[in-house]
Amino acid sequence: MIDLEFMINTVSLGSLYALLSLGLVFVYGILKLVNFAYGEYLMVAGYAMYVLGTFTGVPWYATLVLAVLTAALVSYLTELVAFRPVRTKSLTAMLVTSFAVSVFLQNVVLITISSRSRAVRFPSFFSQTITLGDATVPLRNLMIIAITIILLTALTLVMKKTVLGMAMRAAADRFTTTRLMGVPANLVISAAFLISGTLAGVVSIFWVSRSASVDPLIGMAPLLIAFIATVMGGMHSLVGAVIGGFVYGLLFNVLSITLPASLISYRDAFMFVIVILFLLFRPEGIWKGGYTEERVG
Amino acid sequence: MLTIENLTASYGAITALHGISLEVGEGELVALLGSNGAGKSTTLKSICGLLRPGQGTIRFLGEDIAGRAPEVILKKGISMVPEGREIFGGLTVEENLRLGAFTSYQRDRYRTDLDEMFALFPILKERFTQAGGLLSGGEQQMLAIARALMSHPKLLMLDEPSLGLSPTMTDSIFELISDLRDRGTTILLVEQNAERALEIVDRAYLLTTGSIEFSGTPDELKRRVDIASVYFGGEDDGTCEVRL
Ligand SMILES: Nc1ncnc2c1ncn2[C@@H]1O[C@H](COP(=O)(O)OP(=O)(O)OP(=O)(O)O)[C@@H](O)[C@H]1O
Ligand SMILES: [Mg+2]
Repeated sequence: MIDLEFMINTVSLGSLYALLSLGLVFVYGILKLVNFAYGEYLMVAGYAMYVLGTFTGVPWYATLVLAVLTAALVSYLTELVAFRPVRTKSLTAMLVTSFAVSVFLQNVVLITISSRSRAVRFPSFFSQTITLGDATVPLRNLMIIAITIILLTALTLVMKKTVLGMAMRAAADRFTTTRLMGVPANLVISAAFLISGTLAGVVSIFWVSRSASVDPLIGMAPLLIAFIATVMGGMHSLVGAVIGGFVYGLLFNVLSITLPASLISYRDAFMFVIVILFLLFRPEGIWKGGYTEERVG
Repeated sequence: MLTIENLTASYGAITALHGISLEVGEGELVALLGSNGAGKSTTLKSICGLLRPGQGTIRFLGEDIAGRAPEVILKKGISMVPEGREIFGGLTVEENLRLGAFTSYQRDRYRTDLDEMFALFPILKERFTQAGGLLSGGEQQMLAIARALMSHPKLLMLDEPSLGLSPTMTDSIFELISDLRDRGTTILLVEQNAERALEIVDRAYLLTTGSIEFSGTPDELKRRVDIASVYFGGEDDGTCEVRL
């Protein structure tokens, strides 16, 4: 059963989850905040694709780019309007704010569009399959892998080679000391939210294309996956998040083929068991980052 | 250059500074001494903007900077070497220094600045591509000082640079501080090691539980204050004795 098809599909699922987790950890690393509104950035990108694809003549590639930009922009705006004013208050205030932002964004689409799901149009190649040797895989899965390679390479370059990237890594380690270097706090935090939203937007394209529909609550499952994957991989580093995403994808697909049919619907429960085991026996995750637990104040 | 008047600062309900006044003149090396918990770090944090002070003024080059953000204050020319060194452990020595130059970066000057740091701290050249977290305590202290110097500060503040260092390493750090002063850097030095600090400074302030207890030249201080009591944490009531 572990054949080429399984491997490609697993790497593809892992790639998607790696991008998803990375987006959550970019903000967590700097603000030590699990942003519960993260799934809504994905949801917003989904609705952008729905609106542009249904009511305008915008070509598909422009629609996808605009959807990603929408997620990045909404992420940036939530930081500016909601998180920034409470940043120097307690971490609890930040958590509550992120819940509020999440519910607010859900309600915006609920009121302005509908509580029911809406069909999103994708170009036909999204649903094509291609044959490689004896493996038949959806073209979409290969696109996910390619885009993940491009994005991870680009992000690595930004984080390692640019001063902003250095400042972001420094801020995740010691936020206060980073400010002493003259790095504006708002700069690194805004950058983190922009990258986080961009990643959510990219993931949204592939997430939404699976069902070709979007609904107000579509962000909840990806948020949970990102959270579980980062707990497994390690909340304290970007590498840990990527590893966690791939491990999640692998475990999920292995469970899918090994669990008997009667248990398959309990797959998520098994994933939770694994998370609880991680929290009990290796709370720092697979990849130990060297980061301290300093709060931004 | 720096003039502080009646500065108060508190952490929630705890008042750490009860209206202190102090002054650092251009080119001076001034020590701020005191036992644990006297408020030395609190004073430095208030100056560099990490802590929003309560009342009072902090004038730097004629401008009131009290309550401004750290990044703004750094740009005005105050750089701080924090207590405990605070090296970015996951970043290389090179990256630590590059961040030190975050606001002042100019491509051509950056190279010569680095060479100057290598001349001051040859070890940093050897360890240039290594992670900061892999350096020894003394090497990290040198990196922290070099990082602070990369922004070409007008006023350099050092918070207990000798803390936890071996006697030889402490010697070289103190030597370096007097070198920097001789080259014209204005320095505000916080130390618990009062005896060593008094050997090199021009003037000193003695801080006791949030108030300036004494100020003057090292000779005056040595004559009138029992230095050992400063060093070992004061009398039972937490203050040290000033002989008038
Ligand atoms: N983050 C904080 N929260 C609450 N109280 C604090 C905090 N930091 C310092 N304090 C209190 O403020 C007072 C002054 O502390 P400060 O750190 O300025 O002392 P210090 O002179 O630097 O001492 P040390 O030599 O131990 O570094 C102390 O009573 C301390 O308990
Ligand atoms: Mg201190």
